Amino acid sequence: MKGRDLLGIEDLERDEIERILETARHMQEVGRREVKKVPTLRGRTLINLFFESSTRTRTSFEIAGKRLSADVVNFSPSTSSMTKAETILDTAKTLDAMDPDVVVVRHKVAGVPKRIADELSAPVINAGDGAHEHPTQALLDLLTVLEEKGRIDGLTVTIVGDLLHSRVARSNIFGFQKLGAEVRVAAPPPMIPAGIEALGVKVVTGLREALDGADVVMVLRIQRERFEGAYFPSIREYAATFGVDRAKLRFAKDDAIVMHPGPINRGVELSHDLADRRPGVVLDQVRNGVALRMAVLYLFAGRRGDPRQEVRP
Amino acid sequence: VSRIWIRGGRVLDPALERDEICDVLIEEGRIAAVGPDLSPTGAERIDAAGCWVAPGLVDLHTHLREPGQEYKEDIASGGRAAAAGGFSAVACMANTTPVNDDPSVTDFILDRARNDSPVRVYPIAAATQGLKGQVMTEMVALAGVGAVAFSDDGHTIMDAGVMRRVLEYSRLVGAPVIVHAEDRTLVGEGVMNEGPVSTRLGLPGNPCVAEAACVARDLMLAELAGAHLHVGHVSTAAAVELIRAARARGVHVTAEVTPHHLTLTDEACLGYDTNTKMAPPLRSAADVRACREGLADGTIDAVATDHAPHAVHEKEVDFAEAPNGILGLETAVPVVLELVRSGELSPIEWVRRCATNPARILKRPGGRLAVGTPADVVVIDPERRWTYDPAKGFSKSRNSPWAGQEMTGRALVTIVDGRLVYHVDKGVLVP
Repeated sequence: MKGRDLLGIEDLERDEIERILETARHMQEVGRREVKKVPTLRGRTLINLFFESSTRTRTSFEIAGKRLSADVVNFSPSTSSMTKAETILDTAKTLDAMDPDVVVVRHKVAGVPKRIADELSAPVINAGDGAHEHPTQALLDLLTVLEEKGRIDGLTVTIVGDLLHSRVARSNIFGFQKLGAEVRVAAPPPMIPAGIEALGVKVVTGLREALDGADVVMVLRIQRERFEGAYFPSIREYAATFGVDRAKLRFAKDDAIVMHPGPINRGVELSHDLADRRPGVVLDQVRNGVALRMAVLYLFAGRRGDPRQEVRP
Repeated sequence: VSRIWIRGGRVLDPALERDEICDVLIEEGRIAAVGPDLSPTGAERIDAAGCWVAPGLVDLHTHLREPGQEYKEDIASGGRAAAAGGFSAVACMANTTPVNDDPSVTDFILDRARNDSPVRVYPIAAATQGLKGQVMTEMVALAGVGAVAFSDDGHTIMDAGVMRRVLEYSRLVGAPVIVHAEDRTLVGEGVMNEGPVSTRLGLPGNPCVAEAACVARDLMLAELAGAHLHVGHVSTAAAVELIRAARARGVHVTAEVTPHHLTLTDEACLGYDTNTKMAPPLRSAADVRACREGLADGTIDAVATDHAPHAVHEKEVDFAEAPNGILGLETAVPVVLELVRSGELSPIEWVRRCATNPARILKRPGGRLAVGTPADVVVIDPERRWTYDPAKGFSKSRNSPWAGQEMTGRALVTIVDGRLVYHVDKGVLVP
């Protein structure tokens, strides 16, 4: 890996992504053993620094770290005490004094992992920051599509839903494009971020056009409690216009797969019948998630020698 | 010393269209003579060869934070920063604690300034009580004790009816109403310019139209009211165009632009440095170009710093939570001189926008070097190279995007009312 930290897919080059995916395939094998543990990171300390709660992602990193024999510490400063008592940089410096070997950061505001990485000697893995990036989620989505389709190059990937607030969308846009796929996006216009075309995607207004000939349909979760009435008039209208169901999916390729980072709002962004359809619909790949995160931890924290001796690029 | 002899500099006086190498003599607080080879006796001599000698700079827009937020800045430290930046006068915004919406607060600021500040301080009073955008302030009483303008600054008056009445009432005192034109409903949760960069960074965007729509409204209201509207910190091409058109049809509008909106784009936010967060936000390259063109062609009258000190701990938080604003007083000269180096402004037009026009907008003395006028003078070396370190500056705060950068151009000497208040080698000398 060229960079010390994994802050976003935007920073990775194609061969680095391919190396992570290749390593993840080896890690999958570890997960199938009776004793699911290798000594790779023995004696090293992983800190899960989650300012925003996320049981699934945190647990996935925790299991990944433990399978690599790292000592895993979960640290979840409550946001309220943070704002009152301690700046983010204070927290980073406190952590640095504990000499971790890798720090996984999740925060509700974009850029916090980067600011912490600027202060820390240990490598930082971004576990999701605001609407910026969620690189490990995108990497596991890439791994999943690679398994299902055998390739990424030349595929047409459609991302549907709340692009404005989605870090998963941004990371996937970078990831799929870097591996040679064409990415289209569709959403109610208030949920299309300004200038998203500059990321190289094709913006289409209607779902039918967006799905036309797609190999992969990635459906984003709608935070209905926050955005109903603000970015779209009602759940009913959203489901009718941008909800993916069996009838609309007919515009995509026959063998198209549908992905959802979960948890699903059934009947909103994804219909009941489609949500239960197997095969053809891929839900959050928890197993891929662990293997992928093992690969990331191995590649970013498992270098020989003291990672702190290495110079930031 | 009651006599100061500034020798051999390039004297730039936009008010008299003077641009020539000559001497300036100051006596008893006033400009006594401007001409070649003055040879006074018993005068303190300042050698200005290779330098500009200009009216002291006037800043239309600073936050001195006193009373109430002295941990960020106070009238003494802000005044010293101004003197070191080449300013002989600063106008300070009303968002103090308590708000400057009452003559007693205006009085307090002026009293403090007399004792603590090396430069002139012109208080800008609130336009509405408590900056709440509802009930207008006692403008006559406030102007009576020394308020030079009225503004709710960052607390944009969103009720157009209130804004109309404020503009109408301001005619009684003939002072400008300064607006921070951002429609808050369009700003929403935006923390940086909305566009490809905010989309890449995943930060909520604040669209250009939030400024332009509010400027359009305020121009129409100023036209209706027949009042003097001053548009603070213009940042968008659309607002420049609206002001240009309004001026052409006779609306009494003046406008300012900050050093940062003239030189930095939203790409400065790419490292999530909270010292690139301000309101209005840094915009696109096209907006920067339009602001520079507007300043050059006179659509925008003045440069104003929007000097906004915040403590280190307040900025060392995430980008969304960080307060808006950056320091400006000690970096304005080198940053804005970029427009002279690029050929967009001649030296005399640069001085007009940094000294003469701001004084004219506030209807205060200054901005000229006419014989007999109070001697507010700055000596600037436009080629001086130096490295800006906020920790070694005079402001109490350090929130600057230019920290650690090499600068070209610096104020060497600042004179206020005939008193030498700053010398680059000696520091701030009074009070």
